[in-house]
Amino acid sequence: MSAKTLYDKLWDSHLVQQRDDGSALIYIDLQLLHEVTSPQAFEGLRLAGRKPWRVSSSLATPDHNVPTTKKERISGVDGIEDPVSKIQVTTLDDNCNEFGITEFNMKDIRQGIVHVVGPEQGATLPGMTVVCGDSHTSTHGAFGALAHGIGTSEVEHVLATQCLVQKKSRNMLVRVDGELSPWVSAKDVVLAIIGAIGTAGGTGYAIEFGGTGIQSLSMEGRMTVCNMAIEAGARVGLIAVDDTTIEYVKGRPYAPKGEHWDMAVEAWKDLVSDKDAQFDEVVVIKSEDIKPQVTWGTSPEMVIAIDEPIPRAEDQKDPVKKEGYARAWKYMGLEGKTMLSDVVLDRVFIGSCTNSRIEDLRIAAQVVKGRKVASTLKQAIVVPGSGLVKAQAEKEGLHEIFEAAGLEWREPGCSMCLAMNADKLGAGEHCASTSNRNFEGRQGFGGRTHLVSPAMAAAAAIAGHFVDVNEFVKH
Amino acid sequence: MRPFTKHTGLAAPLDLANVDTDMIIPKQFLKSIKRTGFGKNLFDELRYEDEGQPDQECDGRPIRQDFVLNQDRYKGASVLLARQNFGCGSSREHAPWALDDYGFRAIIAPSFADIFYNNCFKNGLLPIVLQAEEVDQLFAEVALREGAEIIVDLENQTVTSPSGAAFEFNVDNFRKHCLLNGLDDIGLTLQQDAAIRRYEEKRMNDAPWLFLSRGQ
Repeated sequence: MSAKTLYDKLWDSHLVQQRDDGSALIYIDLQLLHEVTSPQAFEGLRLAGRKPWRVSSSLATPDHNVPTTKKERISGVDGIEDPVSKIQVTTLDDNCNEFGITEFNMKDIRQGIVHVVGPEQGATLPGMTVVCGDSHTSTHGAFGALAHGIGTSEVEHVLATQCLVQKKSRNMLVRVDGELSPWVSAKDVVLAIIGAIGTAGGTGYAIEFGGTGIQSLSMEGRMTVCNMAIEAGARVGLIAVDDTTIEYVKGRPYAPKGEHWDMAVEAWKDLVSDKDAQFDEVVVIKSEDIKPQVTWGTSPEMVIAIDEPIPRAEDQKDPVKKEGYARAWKYMGLEGKTMLSDVVLDRVFIGSCTNSRIEDLRIAAQVVKGRKVASTLKQAIVVPGSGLVKAQAEKEGLHEIFEAAGLEWREPGCSMCLAMNADKLGAGEHCASTSNRNFEGRQGFGGRTHLVSPAMAAAAAIAGHFVDVNEFVKH
Repeated sequence: MRPFTKHTGLAAPLDLANVDTDMIIPKQFLKSIKRTGFGKNLFDELRYEDEGQPDQECDGRPIRQDFVLNQDRYKGASVLLARQNFGCGSSREHAPWALDDYGFRAIIAPSFADIFYNNCFKNGLLPIVLQAEEVDQLFAEVALREGAEIIVDLENQTVTSPSGAAFEFNVDNFRKHCLLNGLDDIGLTLQQDAAIRRYEEKRMNDAPWLFLSRGQ
């Protein structure tokens, strides 16, 4: 038998039917649902008189629209002030009731961002296929699961048939070799990777992240890396299963128990690429070269290390790139600035499916502890990824550290990452954000997003501008 | 789904690389629970000066004169010319819904983001990948003459430029078949229900932990 990559193995074990033209029917083990991309799918089922193929394979929670202030959250869905958001969240509740799908609604402590909730519950397991109508579904690849973001028509297709029509991607290995420097996190690693291969570098590929720099990461860190595979153009990000993976899954509510657990662990040990497996593309990055990263422009590939000068449009040779850089400079208001430390920040956001897990909050708290948010800042908010992350953080007293430093402690949801709720940037405002996209208008009309790690966001909140967190913590 | 066979239409050139799904349809419009009505907010931030709101009438809003779709000569365009990595970002199908609702039938670019590309086919919208030089030529020809039309022929897999130059493009057979005949994907997959059940039975045996019921 020829050597296989992890992606090949996952693909083969879910293949229901191969078609002549290269497309295939792939079986889906878990579908996560949220309020934004599911209503039209449920409506489609109703119009066609169809039922879900297997309801136990679905898990739902509202996240994109939910408000994050205590005031609005206290009365659950009834407390949502925006009437349009309220309809969408109510529609999810109604659809889940009608079709018998398990949902963690707004009053459930298990509610949160789908990509935090799935792994936290042990609903996401190694070796699974996972889909969700959200491009950041690649997050679940951290468990050695084949996880795709899909559109709403595909959400309906999976509900009705338990399958997805897919064409196999090519294999790419991104290897991060060596030990990461202090205060360099998973977020810096993935931003550096995107900077190296570009936002379309992974298009058409499933990216496996490997090497000692990846293996040394916790599951939280691995999820951060896979989460942003889509920002490099790849629908799928993957990391091989090891003891760290199995330890994380063990004992979670939906994880297998007893005899099933032993059987599963045995099967999961094979979820690694074979030693002599062939990749279509290999990219190698040295850990020692990765410094804390900050994006300066309006695409995640417009990223630099904190000590580098902001690249200028006139220095670019490629005309398309030159024009893109000029447009980004103008949108981001960078005229007259040389370094990102010259940018005065208006807001700081710590949260999102990229960086709202307990480890992210612990690191941010460690940086702000005993310090005060800069007086020039309009707002700094910390939004935990789920009700359970929030409860854990409060148990550890992290919320008190944040509040004492002048950061707001919020209720779980997607929040300012995409500004579908009330948390957003004003026009022209600069934000240090631990989220995943710095597109024009992403965090609010005219808003200017700089993507960073939780440690860098926390240090920026205190300084009022970007600083190298490594230097910052020494003072 | 509406079939796509051959289409002749006015082409609008959007000369910008990495157009993301937030640009195509900003997040405030994703709150709708319908599939239609997104056309008036297509490219909202590029098209209007102010910040658009869901359910807002767009007729009186201040427009950005320099944006391609606001220019008289491109009114009624149904073929969009675009640059590399078009549709990057989120998986929101609201992006192809908005393009379709506005009146676009085909998008031509040197490359597309995967999820967006896939979503187009589910909505009778044809994304076409051509060589960068061919796309350059289309941009040039469209700029040259007002009212320049492009012919997209799915059956023969060709794009014909206003001057009559023909470019071939690739498309998966299955997707082509579905689009030409306006076939519903779900119905086709459900014809394979025996194969799906066979797979499930085998898998239940090999990996029973994947089939446990969850309960609340």
